[in-house]
Amino acid sequence: MNFVRHLALGAMAGLVAIAIMAASPAWAADTEVNIDNFTYNPQQITVKAGTTVTWTNHDDIPHTVTSKTMLFKSNALDTDDKFSFTFATPGIYEYFCALHPHMTGSIVVEASAGK
Amino acid sequence: MTTHDHDHGEGPSRRKVLECMTWAGTGVLWTIASGVPHSLGIIDEAKAADAMAADAKGLTFLQISDSHMGFDKPANPNAKGTLVEAINRIKALLVKPSFMIHTGDISHLSKASEFDDAEKIISQARLDVHYVPGEHDIVDPEIKIYKERYGRGTKGAGWYSFDANGVHFMGLVNVANLKAGGLGSLGNEQLEWIEDDLKGRSASTPIVVFAHIPLWSLYPTWGWGTEDSGRALGYIKRFGSVTVLNGHIHQVMQKVEGNVTFHTALSTAFPQPAPGTAPSPGPMKVPDDKLRSMLGTASVTFKQGEQRLAIIDTPLQS
Repeated sequence: MNFVRHLALGAMAGLVAIAIMAASPAWAADTEVNIDNFTYNPQQITVKAGTTVTWTNHDDIPHTVTSKTMLFKSNALDTDDKFSFTFATPGIYEYFCALHPHMTGSIVVEASAGK
Repeated sequence: MTTHDHDHGEGPSRRKVLECMTWAGTGVLWTIASGVPHSLGIIDEAKAADAMAADAKGLTFLQISDSHMGFDKPANPNAKGTLVEAINRIKALLVKPSFMIHTGDISHLSKASEFDDAEKIISQARLDVHYVPGEHDIVDPEIKIYKERYGRGTKGAGWYSFDANGVHFMGLVNVANLKAGGLGSLGNEQLEWIEDDLKGRSASTPIVVFAHIPLWSLYPTWGWGTEDSGRALGYIKRFGSVTVLNGHIHQVMQKVEGNVTFHTALSTAFPQPAPGTAPSPGPMKVPDDKLRSMLGTASVTFKQGEQRLAIIDTPLQS
C-alpha cells in the first residue's frame, strides 16, 4: 500500500520537478524496503538513478544494511530505525546484514529517463 | 530443556580425562565416557552438593551467554532483571566455581551503557570472566568498545587461549568480518593461530573451545553455523577430549562427533525458537510464567584422573 502511495506521490512530485527543473535529471520516486523476519522486503528492487531508498527494521533484533563494496553501510538499526541511501549511478548494488550475513538483498539502478 | 540419553552401561575407559560433576541447582547432568556423553538425568540440589564435596580437586566453571543488556522488547522487557537473577544463583552456589566464560552478546547494541550494566551485574559473582564477543558486541560505528573493554591481551578481533587445571581453553571469535550470504566465520588469520596454538600439545590434553555462533552446522538457513569451522576442527580433533561451547541460539542443543562434544547454552535474556519452527530466529515471546524455564546458565566440570566431563544446563526456574 505504502509503495503504491509513494509511486503516486512520486509521479505527481515528478511532474512538478520536471516542470521546475527541466534541465536536471528526471526526479525519481523514493522507495522503501522493509526488514521483517530477517528478510529484506522486497529482496530485489529496480529503481531509477537518483532514487533514495529507505530501509526500516521491523524486527526485535538489530540489523544492518551493508553494501558488499562498502559503498553504503548503516549503523546497527534497532527496532523501527531507518537508513536511507540515494543511488545516483546505474548499476547493481548488492547488500547484506553484517550481523546476519545470510540476509541479502539488491538494488538495481537504471538510468533515469532524462539521461 | 533438551535431553539426550545415550548408553548408560559404559564404564570408565582407558583414557583418563574427566569426570562428571554437578553444581547446586537443578539441571540435566551430562557425562562423557569414551567420548560419548550420556545424561544422568535431572539432578537435585542435595546430590549436586554431595558431588561437589566429593571432588574438591576438580575444576568447575560456569558458562553464561547472550545477556543482551539493553534488550527491552516483549520477549523479555527486563533482560537486566533476569541477568541479575542468574548471577544471584551463581552467588548462592555452595562451592565456588573457578571462573566463568561468557559466550557473547553481552550487549544488545554495543553501547557503552549496556556494557556498563553487564559489568555491574556480572561482577557481583566475584569470579574471573573470560569473554568472547557476539555479533551484538561489535556493532558500534568504530567497532572498538568491545576490544577496549574485553580485548586486552587478545589477538585479532579478540581471540586467545589459556590453561586451567590441565585443561586448554580457546576463546574464538566467529562474528567479525562476516561476508554476504555466509555464516559465522573464523577467518584465515585466526585459523592459522589455532593451528599454531595447538602445536606440540599432547593429545591427552582436554580442550575446551568457546565461541559465540555454533561451530557446527546447526541450522544454516538461519545462519546457525560457522562456514570455516571444519578447518578448525581438523586441527582440534586429534585431542582425546574436545568440548565446544557456544551461545547465539538461546537454547540447549548438543551433538557429538567422535571425541568432540558440541553444546549450546541458554541465554539469560530471551528464548529463540527451535530451528525451523518459526518464520525467523528472532526473540520468542512465551507466557510470562514460562520465561524463566527457558533462560539460564550452564556449568561444566572436569576432574583430573577421571574420564568424564559434565555439562549441566540450569534454567532460572525449573
